[in-house]
Amino acid sequence: MDKMITIIRKEWAEVFKNKLIFSTVLFLPLILAIMPLGMLFAFGSIDGMSAEMNDPEIMALAGEMCAGLNAMDCSYVYTLNMFVLMFMILPVAIPVTIAAYSIVGEKTTRSLEPLLATPITTAELLGAKIIAAAVPAVIGTWIAFGLFLIGVKIMATPAVFGEFFKVHWLLAIFFVSPLLAILSTCIAVIVSSRVTDPRVAEQLSAVVILPVIMLVIGQSVGLILIDRRIMLWLGLAVLALDALLLWLAIRLFQRETILTRWK
Amino acid sequence: MIHTENLTKKFGDHVAVDRLNLDIAEGEVFGFLGPNGAGKTTTIRMLTCLIAPTSGSVRVLDYEVGRDDQQIRRNVGILTETPGMYDRLTARRNLTIFAKLYEVEHVDYQVDKYLKLLGLWERRDDPVGEFSKGMRQKLAIGRALLHEPKVLFLDEPTSALDPEAARLVHDFIGELKGKGRTIFLCTHNLDEADRLCDRVAVFKTHLRVLDTPGKLRRQVYGRQVAFHLGGPAKEYLPAVQPFSYVKEATAADNKLVLSLDDPETHNPDIIRALVAAGADIQFVGELRYSLEDVYLQLMKEDTTKA
Repeated sequence: MDKMITIIRKEWAEVFKNKLIFSTVLFLPLILAIMPLGMLFAFGSIDGMSAEMNDPEIMALAGEMCAGLNAMDCSYVYTLNMFVLMFMILPVAIPVTIAAYSIVGEKTTRSLEPLLATPITTAELLGAKIIAAAVPAVIGTWIAFGLFLIGVKIMATPAVFGEFFKVHWLLAIFFVSPLLAILSTCIAVIVSSRVTDPRVAEQLSAVVILPVIMLVIGQSVGLILIDRRIMLWLGLAVLALDALLLWLAIRLFQRETILTRWK
Repeated sequence: MIHTENLTKKFGDHVAVDRLNLDIAEGEVFGFLGPNGAGKTTTIRMLTCLIAPTSGSVRVLDYEVGRDDQQIRRNVGILTETPGMYDRLTARRNLTIFAKLYEVEHVDYQVDKYLKLLGLWERRDDPVGEFSKGMRQKLAIGRALLHEPKVLFLDEPTSALDPEAARLVHDFIGELKGKGRTIFLCTHNLDEADRLCDRVAVFKTHLRVLDTPGKLRRQVYGRQVAFHLGGPAKEYLPAVQPFSYVKEATAADNKLVLSLDDPETHNPDIIRALVAAGADIQFVGELRYSLEDVYLQLMKEDTTKA
C-alpha cells in the first residue's frame, strides 16, 4: 500500500504540473456546474424564455418525471435531469486525460524501466495509476454536483427541487460515477499500453463516453426514464465491467513487450 | 553473486542472447563489452528481472530469476541506458520516490546522503528537467544506490557524457569498487572497462571471450617485446631467429618486435645475442595493447568468420 501511495503522490505532483491536464480537471467541472445554473437563471429572468419553458410537449416527453407539476415546472425538472446526466460525463472524461498522459508520459520520458526495476508489482503500479487518475475526476464531479445542487436549491421553486432531487441522482453521482471513472481509466491504461501518443490514447479511450451520451439521449427523447432501479443495475454492470477491465489491464500490461517495443 | 547457465533470449526468430554462461564473484567489477545490438541491454534486463529468459537459468545473490524476482529487485540496483527521470519533479523528490519504492528504512537520510555524495546537494530543489546530462546521469546513479544494493548493474554509465562528467562517474565507480560492491558494467567505452574492471567479457549474441584485461591482451596478441636499436632492425633478425622461444620476429625501421612467452627469462639471452651481433640497444620495453585493440581484433575475427 505504501508503494501505491508513493506512486499516487508522484502522479499528482507530476500530472498537475501539466497545464493542459490541470485546466481540464479544474475547468470542466466548473463549466458543467455553472452552465445549467446560468440557463436556470436565464429561464426565469429573460422575457420569452419562460413562455418557451411552458411547453406541453416537454411535459409529454418528461412523462412520469414530473407527475403533478405544471408544464413550466416540468420543463425545469426535465432540463435539470438532462444536466445531471451530463455530470456523469465528467468522471469519464477527466481520468482519460490524466491516465493517457500518465502512462504514455512514462514511455516518452523512459522512466518506466527504472520504475519496473523496483519491487513494485504490476497490480500495485496500475492500481495506483488508476486511483491517481480516477480520484481527481470523482472529487471534481462531486464538487461540481454540490455547487449545482446548491444553485438549484437557491434558484428553483421547492416543488421543482423536490421533484428533481431524487435518490437515483445521488446513486448516479456517488455510486455510478466513481465506477465510471475507474472504467474509463482502465480503458485508458489498456489503450495507453499499446500506443505511443497520449492524444491517440485519449481519443481512443474517450469512446467510453458514448454509453453515457446514449443515456442522455435516451432520456431526452423519452425512451427511458432513469430511476433508482436503472441506476442500481447500471452501477452493478459498471462494477462488473470494472473488475473485468482491471484484470485485463493487468494481464495486458506486459512489462517485457512494453520495455522491448516502446521506442 | 551472479551465475547464468545457458541463458538464452529470443525475440521471435531473432536470437538476442545465445547460451550465455557467466560466473561473477562478490566484489568483482565485471565489464560486459560488445557492439550495438549485441544483446548487452537484453542481458542486463534478464539479470534484473525486467524481461524473462527464453531458456537457461540465472541466479543473482542466490535468488533465482523467474522465481524470486521481487527479492532480486530488492537487492540489486540498476542504472538504465537512459536516466528516465521525472523532469517536472525536483532531484530530491525523484530520489525520495524511488527510496520509498525500494522500501528504504531511512528515506531522508539516504536521499540526502546520495545528493551530497554526487555533488547535487545545491541543486536538490531544482526540477530535474533543468539538469545537464551529466547531472541527470549522476542522479540516476544515486537512484540505483539508494537501497544500498549488493549488486549494481550499470548500462552505459558514461555514454553521452562530457569527459569531466565521465571522469566523475569513473571515480564514483572506483569508490564503489573499493567498498566491495559487485558491479556489472555494460559499456562501449573500452578505456573505462580497462581501468575499472577486474574481468571483461566480449559479447556479441554469444560470449566471445572472458578474462582479465591483461590476460585477454595476451590471449589475442601474446607477449611482445620491442627492442629499439641504433640501426636498421632488419640486420639483426638472423641473430634472434635461432632461439626456439621466439615465436615471431618482425623488424620495422629501428624497432625489432619479438613475440615471447616469458620475456623475463628470455630477454637477457636475446640482449646478449643482439649485442654480440653488434647492435646498439637503446631501450627495451614490452608492447602494451589497449583493450580497444583487443576488442577490435576480436570483432575483426568475428567479421572474417562470418
